[in-house]
Amino acid sequence: MFQKTLGVIAAAGAVAIMSVAANAGTLDDVKKKGMLSCGVSTGLPGFSLPDKTNKWSGLDVDVCRAVAAAVLGSAQKVKFTPLTAKERFTALQSGEIDILSRNTTWTHTRDTSLGLNFAGVTYYDGQGFMVSKKLGVKSVKELSGAAVCIQAGTTTELNLADYFRLHGLKYKSVVFDTSDQSIKGFESGRCDVLTSDQSQLYALRTKLAKPGNAIVLPEIISKEPLGPVVRQGDDQWFNIVKWTINALINAEEFGITSKNAASMKSSKNPGIQRLLGTKDDMGKKLGLSNDWAANAIMQVGNYSEIFERNVGKGTPLNIARGVNALWSQGGILYAPPIR
Amino acid sequence: MNDFQRSPDLPPPASTVGVVSWLRTNLFSSPANTILTLVGFYLVYSLLVPALDWAIFSASWVGENKDACDHKGACWVFIGQRLDFFIYGFYPKAEYWRINVIFVLLALLIIPQMMENAPHKVLLAWFFLIGFPIIAGTLLLGGVFGLPAVTTDKWGGLSLTLVIAFVGIVAALPIGILLALGRRSDMPVIRLLCVAFIELWRGVPLISVLFMASVMLPLFMPEGTNFDKLLRALIGITMFQSAYMAEVIRGGLQAIPRGQYEAAAALGLGYWKSMGLIILPQALKIVIPGIVNTFIALFKDTTLVLIIGLFDVLATVQAAIVDPDWPEVSTEGFIFTAFVFWVFCFTMSRYSIALERKLETGHKR
Repeated sequence: MFQKTLGVIAAAGAVAIMSVAANAGTLDDVKKKGMLSCGVSTGLPGFSLPDKTNKWSGLDVDVCRAVAAAVLGSAQKVKFTPLTAKERFTALQSGEIDILSRNTTWTHTRDTSLGLNFAGVTYYDGQGFMVSKKLGVKSVKELSGAAVCIQAGTTTELNLADYFRLHGLKYKSVVFDTSDQSIKGFESGRCDVLTSDQSQLYALRTKLAKPGNAIVLPEIISKEPLGPVVRQGDDQWFNIVKWTINALINAEEFGITSKNAASMKSSKNPGIQRLLGTKDDMGKKLGLSNDWAANAIMQVGNYSEIFERNVGKGTPLNIARGVNALWSQGGILYAPPIR
Repeated sequence: MNDFQRSPDLPPPASTVGVVSWLRTNLFSSPANTILTLVGFYLVYSLLVPALDWAIFSASWVGENKDACDHKGACWVFIGQRLDFFIYGFYPKAEYWRINVIFVLLALLIIPQMMENAPHKVLLAWFFLIGFPIIAGTLLLGGVFGLPAVTTDKWGGLSLTLVIAFVGIVAALPIGILLALGRRSDMPVIRLLCVAFIELWRGVPLISVLFMASVMLPLFMPEGTNFDKLLRALIGITMFQSAYMAEVIRGGLQAIPRGQYEAAAALGLGYWKSMGLIILPQALKIVIPGIVNTFIALFKDTTLVLIIGLFDVLATVQAAIVDPDWPEVSTEGFIFTAFVFWVFCFTMSRYSIALERKLETGHKR
């Protein structure tokens, strides 16, 4: 009896998910509400965190603001819903949010089995290692026998085990529940090495009494492409989010910034004209106005501005562009052209 | 006859009065006690002095940013700088006055309830239970009378904690009373329904109730009928707490001697009158400690809304301590949160003791 009931509930849930997945018209919904519902994390430095004026800020947050500017003409028309890792996908499936921008890794399983689509990559992350400077270690390969601080129940734990077994290295894991505890453990010397996503290592390093005493090793042992997610089955909305990101990256390539975007509209370069909506109907093809990309760039900035403002050199995180630089500058950011 | 001149009494020996005597009888009465006393003093000294030094004397109190903290002691500057976030969450700054008005109104309504001879107490109590939630809800949400609307995703911090706790407490008590009466009812259908309700909600952890409300419920509802996440959480918490409340109150009902029920019937009182005038006033009085205990537990349980992404006071503190602008402030943040909770829970506990004393009519054993 009990199993039967469970079966019925599961079936109902599956039907619900499918009916949602088949639903279209997110753009109309967003326009009707006059507000973009955006799922973010409950607090991740550099990506989504309430700043000192109690407003959400970060790279993931700015992606949502850019989409809002493109769709609604105002980067302020965003309703942020903080989500835990467990509820993030259901919140999107159930329609509670229109876009999930919450440092979510694009993986095969998530893309194929959850009824969701990843609209692109806004930050290429990867698992890295942080060690104390006085250890004098230059590479992960020298870390055999080290005590490693990790967070429980994350893919980080599995990646670590795989990597060390593969290279025949021994290690002792010291498991913590939250990132805050693991950095405390690292600082008090309970472990020699702290491992996490690299962007987080930089954020955690700022929590040390003397951040300069710890270094992040260059090796990256996993691929963590982070990007916004939308519901499957609504191609128009999927395209809008995908091309908003592409527009931000293309804007950096063309040298269009939030400051010069208005004057760039009179540029002779047809690529810039198309992007800023003075030539051809690029916005119309997405179901938006032609100044969609211009709005996003003017109000939020191009990719470089977003990156530098939230995680770049001037911020406490102090992350170099690295792989997140444009393809023409040694990175792997390569946005298809807008034409 | 010479007048007998009584010489004045000698003072008692110095060793039997005053501080010295108290010390001798209580702290140094035997070698073993002396050793224990000294060890105790040493422990208190070695713990208290660094704690006070950290929290008060070496602490940084004034400043604008992290540079004001030298980290020789606590960095209270952090709490001061982010205090508005901890209290108001994401609420727009220009509208803070609305929450302040509610805080003042809440205090004005609670103080007379704690005073012995305040006028119009009953009237005020009814206003507190019915009028106040309507006024507070209108002020918080806005959208009428020219107040800008503030959606619930902007609520947070201590004000959200209090909203959840207040709604839970005010709604759970009457529902709990009805459920407790229902469970002892002679009507089988009512009894069965109440038993089923209580056992279902009491048998499920609050975390899974919240998780169901936040994650599963929206999946079962047709697209577009998504109702507010806070409202879903409030309903879940109320259901959960009323089941607990029902069992506390049932304990009180069972403690009333059968004679009281029979006396009420002999007076010709119907069910509701006998319950309202005879049984419940006695039963509720007996279970005041249990009721307040449940309220205190509920108040602390509100922090669980963190897992469904609602920003209560603990969540705001946790988000603020990961801010790279403020290194090494997690201890201060958690101590602040603990202090806030302690103040509210201790107040509730003192109020309950005062209430018990006032209603004391010979049940003391």
